Amino acid sequence: MIPARFDYLRPDGVDEAVALLGPGTRVLAGGHSLIPALKLRQTTAARLVDVGRLAALRTVELDAGVLVIGAAVTYAELAAHPLVRRHCPVLARLGGRVADPQVRHRGTPAGALAHADPAGDAPAIALALGVEVAVRSAAGSRTVPAGALFTGRRETSLRAGDLVTAIRVPAHDAAWYEKFTRVSHMWAIAGACAVRGPSGVRVALANVAATPWRATGVEGALRDGATPAEAAALAADGTDPPDDVHGPAAYRRHLARVVTGRALARVTP
Amino acid sequence: MKISLIVNGTLWQGDVEPRLLLAHLLRERLRLTATRIGCDTSFCGACTVLLDGRTVKSCTVLAVQADGGSVTTAESLAGDPDDPATWHPLARAFRAHHALQCGFCTSGMLVAAAGLLAGDPDPDEDAVRHGLEGNICRCTGYGRIVDAVTGAAAEMRSAP
Repeated sequence: MIPARFDYLRPDGVDEAVALLGPGTRVLAGGHSLIPALKLRQTTAARLVDVGRLAALRTVELDAGVLVIGAAVTYAELAAHPLVRRHCPVLARLGGRVADPQVRHRGTPAGALAHADPAGDAPAIALALGVEVAVRSAAGSRTVPAGALFTGRRETSLRAGDLVTAIRVPAHDAAWYEKFTRVSHMWAIAGACAVRGPSGVRVALANVAATPWRATGVEGALRDGATPAEAAALAADGTDPPDDVHGPAAYRRHLARVVTGRALARVTP
Repeated sequence: MKISLIVNGTLWQGDVEPRLLLAHLLRERLRLTATRIGCDTSFCGACTVLLDGRTVKSCTVLAVQADGGSVTTAESLAGDPDDPATWHPLARAFRAHHALQCGFCTSGMLVAAAGLLAGDPDPDEDAVRHGLEGNICRCTGYGRIVDAVTGAAAEMRSAP
């Protein structure tokens, strides 16, 4: 399949990249969501701005306890990075397991958040971790909490001139992502990420709604003293899972409860 | 756009459309047709090549993204067709273990296995299966491919 024509620009720095953005322009990093979508002509772009090589977006650092992962860091690099392995093992593990080795060599978690596929692993994990996405635009810098990022199926609150520069992961005590797949390299039929932090346990689900889904009912039950098993039984409440060739909605609701229970068992004492 | 890249050790320079995929550049401009296009959606792995030493699916990489890089295709693992001694140990092992039937996936499998062994010279069966997750074979059931890769790894480790 051949994508429709586009122009391609490879800026030398973040400022230059931001200046090139605007309507009709798409940011290219690893391209493992964007290029398939362009090939299938699910999306179009008048031009691509390739930020995949920008040194400023290829760093991982610790900033006052917050793990800052550059937007052009790939899954494979995430899996291998000592700071990620130490401070956010759930993302390091994802970096070694999502999709397949070839995809992990190119794909970026930041790109996955911008792509906002509700079936993706990274969006649900980001939502449970309470990450913030660092964004640059002509208007300046800002951060967008994951909870305010996902607005619909593959839709975000990011605007045409925005460049995601990093993912900021707050400190947490324990985190686990559990997903069920039929084939190892495929998307989760349902997935759940549980994160235990200073303010309690947060749970987010993959592929049970139009956006990654925060299971607030589960979180509230845990706060009120429910056991992890009792809380996990509420995991499907309020969800609206897809009903497709990979599984009927009722099956996904069942799986939501199962994977939530497994994830909670990993993070609760 | 003018790009230059090293393909199997040889410099290639040319003018490409930004939308040209690396797989199409290799097959149609360079006539390196060992790199197959199977699913064309980044699932099957038949188009796997090494880009700067790492396995990638060349149907999901733009040629312009490979600009300045080094690409290795399955052709680099070949030798004299009549003399297996000149082949890469992986190619020899695939033949010895009958690790292919129709052969469509084989180029991608070989390159993916080469990439795997570059990072892990002594993978156990689980590591081989995990490492080849991005390559689909519909003939062999994978058992013989795993045997071939572990066999080639042993030979490569013992090579002087």
